Amino acid sequence: MQLLLEEHGYHVSNLGACVPLDKLVECCVRESPAVVVLSTVNGHGHLDGVQAVRRLREVPCLAPTPIAIGGKLGIQSVDHDEVRQLRAAGFDGVFTDSAADLNEFGVFLRSVAAGRPAERRPADGALGTGTPPGTAPALRGAGRRSETA
Amino acid sequence: MADPVDMRAGLMAVKAAKAETVGTITLDSYTRCNDDEGVRRALAGHGRLNGYPIVVHSSSVTSAVVESVRDASFVLQVRHGSAVPQRIFEAMVRAGLDATEGGPVSYCLPYSRLPIAESVTNWARCCETLCRLGDADREPHLETFGGCMLGQLCPPSLLIAISVLESLFFRQYGLRSISLSYAQQANSVQDFEAITALRTLAAELLHDVDWHVVLYAYMGVYPSTVSGAMYLLDDAARLAVRSGAARLIVKTAVEAHRIPTVQENVAALEHAAVAAEDERHHDLLEPPPDTGILAEARALIDAVLELGPDLGRTLPVAVRRGLLDVPYCLHPDNPGRTRSYLDRDGRLYWSDTGALPLPRRIVPAASGRAGSAHFRNALDYVARTYDSAPPSGNGPRAAAVAVRPAHRAADGRKGTPS
Repeated sequence: MQLLLEEHGYHVSNLGACVPLDKLVECCVRESPAVVVLSTVNGHGHLDGVQAVRRLREVPCLAPTPIAIGGKLGIQSVDHDEVRQLRAAGFDGVFTDSAADLNEFGVFLRSVAAGRPAERRPADGALGTGTPPGTAPALRGAGRRSETA
Repeated sequence: MADPVDMRAGLMAVKAAKAETVGTITLDSYTRCNDDEGVRRALAGHGRLNGYPIVVHSSSVTSAVVESVRDASFVLQVRHGSAVPQRIFEAMVRAGLDATEGGPVSYCLPYSRLPIAESVTNWARCCETLCRLGDADREPHLETFGGCMLGQLCPPSLLIAISVLESLFFRQYGLRSISLSYAQQANSVQDFEAITALRTLAAELLHDVDWHVVLYAYMGVYPSTVSGAMYLLDDAARLAVRSGAARLIVKTAVEAHRIPTVQENVAALEHAAVAAEDERHHDLLEPPPDTGILAEARALIDAVLELGPDLGRTLPVAVRRGLLDVPYCLHPDNPGRTRSYLDRDGRLYWSDTGALPLPRRIVPAASGRAGSAHFRNALDYVARTYDSAPPSGNGPRAAAVAVRPAHRAADGRKGTPS
Protein backbone atom coordinates (compact mmCIF):
# COMPACT_ATOMS: atom_id res chain seq x y z
CA MET A 1 0.00 0.00 0.00
CA GLN A 2 2.73 2.43 0.94
CA LEU A 3 4.63 1.78 -2.29
CA LEU A 4 1.44 2.13 -4.32
CA LEU A 5 0.45 5.38 -2.65
CA GLU A 6 3.94 6.80 -3.10
CA GLU A 7 3.74 6.00 -6.79
CA HIS A 8 0.56 8.03 -6.90
CA GLY A 9 2.51 10.96 -5.55
CA TYR A 10 1.62 10.83 -1.88
CA HIS A 11 3.91 11.16 1.09
CA VAL A 12 2.79 8.29 3.28
CA SER A 13 2.44 8.09 7.03
CA ASN A 14 2.32 4.32 7.55
CA LEU A 15 0.93 3.50 10.98
CA GLY A 16 1.36 -0.25 10.49
CA ALA A 17 -0.82 -3.01 11.85
CA CYS A 18 -3.39 -3.06 14.63
CA VAL A 19 -3.64 0.70 15.09
CA PRO A 20 -5.78 1.72 18.07
CA LEU A 21 -8.59 4.01 17.00
CA ASP A 22 -7.45 6.80 19.33
CA LYS A 23 -4.02 6.78 17.74
CA LEU A 24 -5.49 6.86 14.23
CA VAL A 25 -7.69 9.84 15.11
CA GLU A 26 -4.81 11.62 16.83
CA CYS A 27 -2.54 11.15 13.79
CA CYS A 28 -5.21 12.33 11.39
CA VAL A 29 -5.91 15.44 13.44
CA ARG A 30 -2.21 16.22 13.63
CA GLU A 31 -1.32 15.53 10.00
CA SER A 32 -4.42 16.64 8.04
CA PRO A 33 -4.09 13.89 5.47
CA ALA A 34 -5.30 14.23 1.91
CA VAL A 35 -6.63 10.69 2.07
CA VAL A 36 -6.93 7.97 4.71
CA VAL A 37 -6.60 4.31 3.70
CA LEU A 38 -7.44 1.35 5.92
CA SER A 39 -6.25 -2.11 4.95
CA THR A 40 -7.92 -5.18 6.44
CA VAL A 41 -7.23 -8.93 6.17
CA ASN A 42 -8.72 -10.70 9.18
CA GLY A 43 -12.40 -10.67 8.29
CA HIS A 44 -13.36 -8.09 10.93
CA GLY A 45 -12.94 -5.11 8.66
CA HIS A 46 -16.69 -4.82 8.12
CA LEU A 47 -17.06 -4.35 11.89
CA ASP A 48 -13.93 -2.41 12.80
CA GLY A 49 -14.14 -0.24 9.68
CA VAL A 50 -17.59 1.03 10.59
CA GLN A 51 -16.36 2.00 14.07
CA ALA A 52 -13.27 3.65 12.66
CA VAL A 53 -14.91 5.77 9.98
CA ARG A 54 -17.69 6.95 12.28
CA ARG A 55 -15.07 8.14 14.79
CA LEU A 56 -13.07 9.82 12.06
CA ARG A 57 -16.13 11.60 10.64
CA GLU A 58 -16.91 13.04 14.08
CA VAL A 59 -13.74 15.08 13.84
CA PRO A 60 -14.75 18.30 12.02
CA CYS A 61 -11.59 18.65 9.93
CA LEU A 62 -11.93 15.02 8.80
CA ALA A 63 -15.56 15.21 7.72
CA PRO A 64 -14.66 15.96 4.09
CA THR A 65 -11.50 13.81 3.91
CA PRO A 66 -11.62 10.91 1.44
CA ILE A 67 -11.42 7.68 3.44
CA ALA A 68 -11.13 4.25 1.88
CA ILE A 69 -11.04 0.68 3.16
CA GLY A 70 -9.91 -2.41 1.29
CA GLY A 71 -8.99 -6.05 1.67
CA LYS A 72 -10.78 -9.10 3.01
CA LEU A 73 -13.72 -7.24 4.47
CA GLY A 74 -15.53 -10.16 6.06
CA ILE A 75 -15.04 -13.82 6.87
CA GLN A 76 -16.94 -14.93 3.76
CA SER A 77 -16.58 -14.05 0.11
CA VAL A 78 -17.66 -10.59 -1.01
CA ASP A 79 -20.78 -9.64 0.91
CA HIS A 80 -22.67 -6.74 -0.63
CA ASP A 81 -24.42 -5.96 2.65
CA GLU A 82 -21.05 -5.42 4.26
CA VAL A 83 -19.95 -3.13 1.43
CA ARG A 84 -23.18 -1.12 1.73
CA GLN A 85 -22.80 -0.83 5.50
CA LEU A 86 -19.26 0.43 5.13
CA ARG A 87 -20.29 3.05 2.57
CA ALA A 88 -23.29 4.06 4.68
CA ALA A 89 -21.01 4.48 7.70
CA GLY A 90 -18.93 7.03 5.80
CA PHE A 91 -16.34 5.41 3.55
CA ASP A 92 -15.83 7.02 0.16
CA GLY A 93 -14.21 3.91 -1.27
CA VAL A 94 -14.75 0.25 -0.34
CA PHE A 95 -12.58 -2.31 -2.13
CA THR A 96 -12.16 -6.08 -2.00
CA ASP A 97 -8.74 -7.67 -2.48
CA SER A 98 -9.34 -8.59 -6.11
CA ALA A 99 -7.02 -7.36 -8.84
CA ALA A 100 -9.97 -5.54 -10.41
CA ASP A 101 -10.66 -3.65 -7.19
CA LEU A 102 -7.00 -2.75 -6.85
CA ASN A 103 -7.32 -1.07 -10.25
CA GLU A 104 -10.46 0.68 -9.02
CA PHE A 105 -8.49 1.86 -6.01
CA GLY A 106 -6.01 3.45 -8.41
CA VAL A 107 -8.90 5.23 -10.13
CA PHE A 108 -10.11 6.40 -6.70
CA LEU A 109 -6.67 7.77 -5.83
CA ARG A 110 -6.41 9.60 -9.13
CA SER A 111 -9.81 11.17 -8.66
CA VAL A 112 -8.80 12.32 -5.18
CA ALA A 113 -5.59 13.79 -6.55
CA ALA A 114 -7.51 15.56 -9.32
CA GLY A 115 -9.69 17.18 -6.69
CA ARG A 116 -12.87 15.54 -7.96
CA PRO A 117 -15.58 15.24 -5.31
CA ALA A 118 -15.64 11.93 -3.46
CA GLU A 119 -18.37 9.47 -4.43
CA ARG A 120 -19.85 9.25 -1.01
CA ARG A 121 -23.22 7.87 -0.16
CA PRO A 122 -25.19 10.03 2.30
CA ALA A 123 -24.80 8.89 5.87
CA ASP A 124 -28.39 7.77 6.19
CA GLY A 125 -27.64 4.83 3.95
CA ALA A 126 -29.64 5.80 0.89
CA LEU A 127 -27.83 5.24 -2.37
CA GLY A 128 -26.72 8.27 -4.25
CA THR A 129 -24.04 9.47 -6.57
CA GLY A 130 -21.72 12.43 -6.53
CA THR A 131 -21.48 14.92 -3.75
CA PRO A 132 -24.43 14.89 -1.38
CA PRO A 133 -26.20 18.26 -1.48
CA GLY A 134 -25.11 20.63 1.24
CA THR A 135 -21.58 19.25 1.63
CA ALA A 136 -18.54 20.66 -0.08
CA PRO A 137 -15.66 18.30 0.28
CA ALA A 138 -12.51 20.41 0.48
CA LEU A 139 -10.09 17.97 -1.07
CA ARG A 140 -6.45 18.66 -0.65
CA GLY A 141 -4.27 18.22 -3.70
CA ALA A 142 -1.82 15.45 -4.44
CA GLY A 143 1.51 15.72 -2.73
CA ARG A 144 0.01 16.22 0.69
CA ARG A 145 0.31 13.49 3.21
CA SER A 146 -1.92 10.47 3.37
CA GLU A 147 -2.14 7.80 6.03
CA THR A 148 -2.19 4.07 5.81
CA ALA A 149 -3.32 2.08 8.80
CA MET B 1 -15.96 -20.54 15.15
CA ALA B 2 -17.43 -18.56 18.00
CA ASP B 3 -20.18 -20.82 19.27
CA PRO B 4 -19.22 -23.67 21.65
CA VAL B 5 -21.72 -26.02 20.01
CA ASP B 6 -20.18 -25.35 16.58
CA MET B 7 -16.70 -25.61 18.06
CA ARG B 8 -17.45 -29.03 19.52
CA ALA B 9 -18.95 -30.24 16.24
CA GLY B 10 -15.91 -29.00 14.35
CA LEU B 11 -13.53 -30.73 16.73
CA MET B 12 -15.49 -33.98 16.52
CA ALA B 13 -15.30 -33.86 12.73
CA VAL B 14 -11.54 -33.26 12.82
CA LYS B 15 -11.16 -36.11 15.31
CA ALA B 16 -13.07 -38.45 12.99
CA ALA B 17 -11.11 -37.45 9.90
CA LYS B 18 -9.21 -40.16 8.04
CA ALA B 19 -5.90 -38.75 9.22
CA GLU B 20 -3.84 -38.42 12.38
CA THR B 21 -5.17 -35.09 13.61
CA VAL B 22 -4.79 -32.50 16.34
CA GLY B 23 -7.81 -30.41 17.28
CA THR B 24 -7.33 -26.66 17.20
CA ILE B 25 -9.32 -23.96 18.95
CA THR B 26 -8.53 -20.73 17.12
CA LEU B 27 -9.27 -17.49 18.92
CA ASP B 28 -10.94 -14.45 17.38
CA SER B 29 -9.16 -11.17 16.77
CA TYR B 30 -10.99 -9.22 19.50
CA THR B 31 -9.91 -11.76 22.11
CA ARG B 32 -6.33 -11.50 20.82
CA CYS B 33 -6.51 -7.74 21.38
CA ASN B 34 -8.20 -8.03 24.79
CA ASP B 35 -11.26 -6.25 23.38
CA ASP B 36 -14.06 -7.88 25.38
CA GLU B 37 -16.47 -5.20 24.18
CA GLY B 38 -15.73 -6.12 20.58
CA VAL B 39 -16.45 -9.76 21.40
CA ARG B 40 -19.73 -8.92 23.10
CA ARG B 41 -20.87 -6.70 20.23
CA ALA B 42 -20.19 -9.46 17.74
CA LEU B 43 -21.86 -12.12 19.90
CA ALA B 44 -24.89 -9.84 20.28
CA GLY B 45 -25.40 -10.35 16.58
CA HIS B 46 -23.74 -7.31 15.12
CA GLY B 47 -21.22 -9.22 13.01
CA ARG B 48 -19.45 -12.53 12.69
CA LEU B 49 -16.46 -13.39 14.84
CA ASN B 50 -13.44 -14.93 13.15
CA GLY B 51 -12.74 -17.31 16.03
CA TYR B 52 -13.51 -18.58 19.52
CA PRO B 53 -13.73 -16.01 22.33
CA ILE B 54 -12.19 -18.12 25.07
CA VAL B 55 -11.92 -15.26 27.58
CA VAL B 56 -15.55 -14.13 27.36
CA HIS B 57 -17.02 -17.65 27.30
CA SER B 58 -17.07 -19.15 30.78
CA SER B 59 -14.43 -21.74 31.61
CA SER B 60 -17.15 -24.30 32.35
CA VAL B 61 -18.53 -23.89 28.82
CA THR B 62 -15.11 -24.30 27.25
CA SER B 63 -14.05 -27.18 29.49
CA ALA B 64 -17.30 -28.97 28.59
CA VAL B 65 -16.28 -28.72 24.94
CA VAL B 66 -12.75 -29.90 25.77
CA GLU B 67 -13.85 -32.84 27.93
CA SER B 68 -16.32 -34.04 25.34
CA VAL B 69 -13.73 -34.44 22.57
CA ARG B 70 -10.27 -34.82 24.05
CA ASP B 71 -8.75 -38.22 24.78
CA ALA B 72 -5.45 -40.06 24.59
CA SER B 73 -5.67 -40.15 20.79
CA PHE B 74 -6.80 -36.58 20.21
CA VAL B 75 -5.03 -33.60 21.72
CA LEU B 76 -6.15 -29.98 21.53
CA GLN B 77 -4.18 -26.82 20.89
CA VAL B 78 -5.24 -23.20 21.24
CA ARG B 79 -4.13 -21.02 18.32
CA HIS B 80 -4.09 -17.22 18.48
CA GLY B 81 -1.83 -14.24 17.85
CA SER B 82 -1.57 -12.01 20.86
CA ALA B 83 1.27 -9.94 22.32
CA VAL B 84 -0.73 -9.51 25.54
CA PRO B 85 -1.97 -13.07 26.06
CA GLN B 86 -2.13 -13.38 29.83
CA ARG B 87 -5.93 -13.59 30.00
CA ILE B 88 -5.90 -16.09 27.14
CA PHE B 89 -3.44 -18.32 28.97
CA GLU B 90 -5.39 -18.07 32.19
CA ALA B 91 -8.66 -18.90 30.42
CA MET B 92 -6.96 -21.82 28.69
CA VAL B 93 -5.62 -23.29 31.90
CA ARG B 94 -8.96 -22.84 33.70
CA ALA B 95 -10.67 -24.72 30.87
CA GLY B 96 -8.23 -27.61 31.12
CA LEU B 97 -6.21 -26.85 27.99
CA ASP B 98 -2.45 -27.24 27.98
CA ALA B 99 -1.05 -26.55 24.52
CA THR B 100 -0.77 -23.34 22.58
CA GLU B 101 1.60 -21.37 20.35
CA GLY B 102 3.25 -18.04 19.74
CA GLY B 103 6.26 -16.29 21.13
CA PRO B 104 7.44 -12.90 22.35
CA VAL B 105 8.82 -11.87 18.94
CA SER B 106 6.52 -13.65 16.52
CA TYR B 107 3.29 -12.57 18.17
CA CYS B 108 4.50 -9.02 18.60
CA LEU B 109 6.19 -7.79 15.44
CA PRO B 110 3.55 -8.93 12.92
CA TYR B 111 0.41 -8.48 15.00
CA SER B 112 0.66 -5.47 17.26
CA ARG B 113 2.24 -2.12 18.05
CA LEU B 114 3.21 -3.17 21.55
CA PRO B 115 6.87 -2.50 22.40
CA ILE B 116 8.83 -5.74 22.11
CA ALA B 117 10.09 -5.41 25.69
CA GLU B 118 6.49 -5.52 26.95
CA SER B 119 5.67 -8.53 24.79
CA VAL B 120 8.67 -10.34 26.25
CA THR B 121 7.48 -9.62 29.80
CA ASN B 122 3.97 -10.81 28.93
CA TRP B 123 5.19 -14.02 27.37
CA ALA B 124 7.47 -14.78 30.32
CA ARG B 125 4.43 -14.53 32.57
CA CYS B 126 2.42 -16.74 30.27
CA CYS B 127 5.09 -19.42 30.31
CA GLU B 128 4.95 -19.32 34.10
CA THR B 129 1.15 -19.68 34.00
CA LEU B 130 1.43 -22.71 31.74
CA CYS B 131 4.11 -24.28 33.88
CA ARG B 132 1.76 -24.25 36.89
CA LEU B 133 0.04 -27.12 35.07
CA GLY B 134 2.97 -29.22 36.23
CA ASP B 135 1.38 -29.12 39.70
CA ALA B 136 -1.60 -30.96 38.27
CA ASP B 137 0.64 -33.53 36.60
CA ARG B 138 0.00 -32.15 33.15
CA GLU B 139 2.77 -31.36 30.67
CA PRO B 140 2.26 -28.00 28.99
CA HIS B 141 3.29 -27.52 25.35
CA LEU B 142 4.28 -24.40 23.44
CA GLU B 143 4.86 -24.05 19.72
CA THR B 144 6.93 -21.17 18.34
CA PHE B 145 5.40 -19.00 15.65
CA GLY B 146 8.83 -17.63 14.76
CA GLY B 147 9.11 -19.84 11.70
CA CYS B 148 6.30 -17.87 10.08
CA MET B 149 6.54 -14.16 11.05
CA LEU B 150 4.78 -12.23 8.24
CA GLY B 151 4.09 -15.41 6.27
CA GLN B 152 6.23 -14.66 3.26
CA LEU B 153 9.33 -12.87 1.92
CA CYS B 154 11.52 -13.57 4.98
CA PRO B 155 14.69 -15.49 4.14
CA PRO B 156 14.73 -18.88 5.88
CA SER B 157 17.77 -18.25 8.06
CA LEU B 158 15.94 -15.52 9.98
CA LEU B 159 12.78 -17.62 10.38
CA ILE B 160 14.89 -20.47 11.74
CA ALA B 161 16.74 -18.13 14.10
CA ILE B 162 13.57 -16.61 15.55
CA SER B 163 11.94 -20.04 15.87
CA VAL B 164 14.97 -21.41 17.72
CA LEU B 165 15.36 -18.31 19.93
CA GLU B 166 11.70 -18.48 20.93
CA SER B 167 12.06 -22.17 21.76
CA LEU B 168 15.04 -21.28 23.96
CA PHE B 169 12.94 -18.54 25.58
CA PHE B 170 10.19 -21.07 26.36
CA ARG B 171 12.79 -23.45 27.76
CA GLN B 172 14.31 -20.68 29.91
CA TYR B 173 10.87 -20.10 31.41
CA GLY B 174 10.29 -23.74 32.26
CA LEU B 175 8.77 -25.47 29.22
CA ARG B 176 10.09 -28.94 28.34
CA SER B 177 7.69 -29.86 25.54
CA ILE B 178 8.16 -27.50 22.61
CA SER B 179 7.57 -27.46 18.87
CA LEU B 180 9.41 -25.24 16.43
CA SER B 181 7.57 -23.88 13.45
CA TYR B 182 8.73 -23.28 9.91
CA ALA B 183 6.42 -21.99 7.20
CA GLN B 184 6.52 -23.40 3.67
CA GLN B 185 7.97 -20.79 1.29
CA ALA B 186 8.23 -20.65 -2.49
CA ASN B 187 10.95 -23.22 -3.22
CA SER B 188 10.71 -26.74 -1.81
CA VAL B 189 14.43 -27.53 -2.10
CA GLN B 190 15.30 -24.39 -0.14
CA ASP B 191 12.61 -25.30 2.41
CA PHE B 192 14.00 -28.84 2.73
CA GLU B 193 17.43 -27.37 3.50
CA ALA B 194 15.86 -24.91 5.96
CA ILE B 195 13.95 -27.54 7.94
CA THR B 196 17.05 -29.74 8.01
CA ALA B 197 18.97 -26.79 9.47
CA LEU B 198 16.20 -26.12 11.99
CA ARG B 199 16.30 -29.72 13.19
CA THR B 200 20.08 -29.66 13.45
CA LEU B 201 19.97 -26.57 15.65
CA ALA B 202 17.11 -27.90 17.80
CA ALA B 203 19.00 -31.13 18.43
CA GLU B 204 22.07 -29.16 19.53
CA LEU B 205 20.32 -26.59 21.71
CA LEU B 206 17.26 -28.38 23.11
CA HIS B 207 18.73 -31.67 24.26
CA ASP B 208 16.68 -31.76 27.49
CA VAL B 209 13.45 -30.88 25.72
CA ASP B 210 10.85 -33.07 23.98
CA TRP B 211 10.77 -31.16 20.71
CA HIS B 212 9.50 -31.55 17.16
CA VAL B 213 9.22 -29.41 14.05
CA VAL B 214 5.83 -28.28 12.78
CA LEU B 215 5.47 -27.16 9.17
CA TYR B 216 2.86 -24.57 8.22
CA ALA B 217 1.36 -24.86 4.76
CA TYR B 218 2.10 -21.63 2.91
CA MET B 219 1.05 -18.61 4.94
CA GLY B 220 1.25 -15.94 2.23
CA VAL B 221 -1.08 -14.93 -0.60
CA TYR B 222 -2.82 -18.18 -1.49
CA PRO B 223 -3.73 -19.72 -4.88
CA SER B 224 -7.24 -18.71 -5.83
CA THR B 225 -8.14 -21.95 -7.64
CA VAL B 226 -9.06 -25.20 -5.92
CA SER B 227 -6.50 -27.15 -7.93
CA GLY B 228 -3.75 -24.61 -7.13
CA ALA B 229 -4.61 -24.69 -3.43
CA MET B 230 -4.65 -28.48 -3.24
CA TYR B 231 -1.41 -28.80 -5.21
CA LEU B 232 0.29 -26.40 -2.77
CA LEU B 233 -1.04 -28.40 0.19
CA ASP B 234 0.18 -31.59 -1.48
CA ASP B 235 3.67 -30.12 -1.71
CA ALA B 236 3.50 -29.06 1.94
CA ALA B 237 2.62 -32.58 3.05
CA ARG B 238 5.42 -34.08 0.95
CA LEU B 239 7.90 -31.53 2.27
CA ALA B 240 6.91 -32.40 5.85
CA VAL B 241 7.59 -36.10 5.28
CA ARG B 242 10.80 -35.52 3.34
CA SER B 243 12.29 -33.13 5.88
CA GLY B 244 11.29 -34.87 9.09
CA ALA B 245 8.71 -32.36 10.30
CA ALA B 246 6.44 -34.26 12.67
CA ARG B 247 3.30 -32.17 12.26
CA LEU B 248 1.67 -30.11 9.52
CA ILE B 249 -0.80 -27.23 9.75
CA VAL B 250 -2.97 -27.43 6.64
CA LYS B 251 -4.73 -24.81 4.58
CA THR B 252 -7.96 -25.46 2.71
CA ALA B 253 -9.09 -25.08 -0.88
CA VAL B 254 -10.87 -21.82 -0.04
CA GLU B 255 -8.06 -20.14 1.86
CA ALA B 256 -7.87 -17.26 -0.62
CA HIS B 257 -11.55 -16.47 -0.33
CA ARG B 258 -13.05 -17.09 3.06
CA ILE B 259 -13.03 -18.94 6.34
CA PRO B 260 -13.59 -22.63 5.52
CA THR B 261 -16.44 -24.88 6.56
CA VAL B 262 -15.79 -27.86 8.79
CA GLN B 263 -16.08 -30.16 5.77
CA GLU B 264 -13.47 -28.15 3.89
CA ASN B 265 -11.11 -28.39 6.86
CA VAL B 266 -11.58 -32.16 7.04
CA ALA B 267 -11.06 -32.50 3.28
CA ALA B 268 -7.77 -30.63 3.55
CA LEU B 269 -6.59 -32.82 6.44
CA GLU B 270 -7.44 -35.98 4.52
CA HIS B 271 -5.89 -34.71 1.30
CA ALA B 272 -2.67 -33.96 3.14
CA ALA B 273 -2.72 -37.40 4.77
CA VAL B 274 -2.99 -39.11 1.38
CA ALA B 275 -0.09 -37.10 -0.03
CA ALA B 276 2.03 -37.73 3.06
CA GLU B 277 1.36 -41.45 2.95
CA ASP B 278 2.32 -41.57 -0.70
CA GLU B 279 5.53 -39.63 -0.03
CA ARG B 280 6.50 -42.16 2.65
CA HIS B 281 6.60 -44.85 0.00
CA HIS B 282 9.08 -42.92 -2.07
CA ASP B 283 12.76 -43.54 -1.62
CA LEU B 284 14.47 -41.33 0.90
CA LEU B 285 15.83 -38.28 -0.87
CA GLU B 286 19.44 -37.18 -0.74
CA PRO B 287 19.97 -34.43 1.83
CA PRO B 288 19.46 -31.07 0.12
CA PRO B 289 22.50 -29.08 -1.07
CA ASP B 290 23.96 -26.84 1.63
CA THR B 291 23.60 -23.28 0.35
CA GLY B 292 24.57 -21.78 3.69
CA ILE B 293 21.21 -21.51 5.47
CA LEU B 294 22.45 -23.40 8.55
CA ALA B 295 25.54 -21.21 8.84
CA GLU B 296 23.47 -18.03 8.50
CA ALA B 297 20.91 -19.15 11.06
CA ARG B 298 23.68 -20.11 13.46
CA ALA B 299 25.31 -16.68 13.07
CA LEU B 300 21.99 -14.94 13.80
CA ILE B 301 21.30 -17.11 16.86
CA ASP B 302 24.83 -16.83 18.22
CA ALA B 303 24.79 -13.04 17.95
CA VAL B 304 21.76 -12.94 20.26
CA LEU B 305 23.05 -15.58 22.68
CA GLU B 306 26.33 -13.67 22.95
CA LEU B 307 24.40 -10.71 24.38
CA GLY B 308 23.83 -12.69 27.58
CA PRO B 309 22.13 -15.68 29.17
CA ASP B 310 18.72 -14.08 29.77
CA LEU B 311 16.62 -14.00 26.60
CA GLY B 312 14.05 -11.94 28.46
CA ARG B 313 16.61 -9.15 28.43
CA THR B 314 18.48 -9.87 25.20
CA LEU B 315 15.63 -10.36 22.72
CA PRO B 316 14.50 -6.70 22.87
CA VAL B 317 18.14 -5.59 22.68
CA ALA B 318 18.69 -7.76 19.60
CA VAL B 319 15.66 -6.28 17.85
CA ARG B 320 16.68 -2.72 18.76
CA ARG B 321 20.19 -3.28 17.39
CA GLY B 322 18.92 -4.81 14.16
CA LEU B 323 20.43 -8.23 14.92
CA LEU B 324 16.91 -9.43 14.19
CA ASP B 325 15.17 -7.35 11.49
CA VAL B 326 12.21 -8.74 9.59
CA PRO B 327 11.91 -7.54 5.97
CA TYR B 328 8.82 -5.40 5.30
CA CYS B 329 7.61 -5.60 8.89
CA LEU B 330 5.97 -2.32 9.92
CA HIS B 331 6.20 -2.71 13.70
CA PRO B 332 7.68 0.47 15.26
CA ASP B 333 10.45 -1.57 16.99
CA ASN B 334 11.44 -3.49 13.85
CA PRO B 335 14.40 -1.58 12.38
CA GLY B 336 13.16 -2.10 8.82
CA ARG B 337 16.52 -2.01 7.08
CA THR B 338 16.52 -5.51 5.66
CA ARG B 339 15.11 -6.44 2.28
CA SER B 340 14.62 -9.72 0.45
CA TYR B 341 13.81 -10.92 -3.03
CA LEU B 342 12.62 -14.06 -4.80
CA ASP B 343 14.56 -15.41 -7.72
CA ARG B 344 12.93 -17.03 -10.76
CA ASP B 345 12.63 -20.35 -8.94
CA GLY B 346 11.09 -18.88 -5.82
CA ARG B 347 14.26 -19.04 -3.73
CA LEU B 348 14.46 -16.30 -1.12
CA TYR B 349 17.60 -14.19 -0.81
CA TRP B 350 18.70 -11.14 1.14
CA SER B 351 18.97 -8.05 -1.03
CA ASP B 352 19.87 -5.90 1.99
CA THR B 353 21.12 -7.44 5.24
CA GLY B 354 20.86 -4.18 7.19
CA ALA B 355 22.60 -4.61 10.56
CA LEU B 356 22.25 -8.41 10.59
CA PRO B 357 25.49 -10.13 11.64
CA LEU B 358 25.90 -11.65 8.17
CA PRO B 359 28.30 -10.81 5.34
CA ARG B 360 27.01 -7.43 4.22
CA ARG B 361 24.90 -7.67 1.12
CA ILE B 362 23.10 -5.05 -0.85
CA VAL B 363 21.84 -6.03 -4.26
CA PRO B 364 20.63 -2.83 -5.90
CA ALA B 365 19.06 -4.47 -8.93
CA ALA B 366 17.06 -6.83 -6.75
CA SER B 367 16.36 -4.28 -4.05
CA GLY B 368 12.99 -4.42 -2.42
CA ARG B 369 12.88 -0.67 -2.88
CA ALA B 370 11.61 -1.35 -6.39
CA GLY B 371 8.01 -0.42 -7.08
CA SER B 372 4.71 -1.78 -5.92
CA ALA B 373 4.18 -3.89 -9.04
CA HIS B 374 7.47 -5.71 -8.55
CA PHE B 375 6.69 -6.21 -4.87
CA ARG B 376 3.22 -7.53 -5.69
CA ASN B 377 4.78 -9.99 -8.11
CA ALA B 378 6.86 -11.38 -5.28
CA LEU B 379 3.83 -11.50 -3.00
CA ASP B 380 1.77 -13.28 -5.68
CA TYR B 381 4.52 -15.64 -6.89
CA VAL B 382 3.26 -18.78 -5.14
CA ALA B 383 -0.40 -18.17 -5.97
CA ARG B 384 0.42 -17.53 -9.64
CA THR B 385 2.73 -20.51 -9.91
CA TYR B 386 0.33 -22.98 -8.38
CA ASP B 387 -2.79 -21.59 -10.06
CA SER B 388 -1.16 -22.00 -13.45
CA ALA B 389 0.53 -25.35 -12.85
CA PRO B 390 -0.69 -28.44 -14.66
CA PRO B 391 -1.47 -31.43 -12.42
CA SER B 392 1.83 -33.03 -11.38
CA GLY B 393 2.79 -36.66 -11.84
CA ASN B 394 3.99 -36.70 -8.27
CA GLY B 395 1.56 -39.18 -6.85
CA PRO B 396 -2.14 -39.97 -6.67
CA ARG B 397 -4.31 -36.92 -6.94
CA ALA B 398 -6.95 -36.77 -4.25
CA ALA B 399 -10.56 -36.67 -5.38
CA ALA B 400 -11.75 -33.21 -6.32
CA VAL B 401 -12.68 -31.22 -3.28
CA ALA B 402 -16.35 -30.28 -3.28
CA VAL B 403 -16.31 -26.62 -2.34
CA ARG B 404 -19.59 -25.65 -0.72
CA PRO B 405 -21.07 -22.21 -0.86
CA ALA B 406 -20.24 -20.17 2.20
CA HIS B 407 -22.60 -20.68 5.12
CA ARG B 408 -23.83 -17.48 6.75
CA ALA B 409 -23.28 -18.77 10.28
CA ALA B 410 -19.79 -18.39 11.69
CA ASP B 411 -17.81 -21.41 10.64
CA GLY B 412 -14.60 -22.74 12.04
CA ARG B 413 -11.23 -21.39 11.27
CA LYS B 414 -7.74 -20.52 12.00
CA GLY B 415 -7.63 -16.80 12.62
CA THR B 416 -5.58 -14.02 11.11
CA PRO B 417 -4.50 -10.91 12.96
CA SER B 418 -6.37 -7.64 13.31
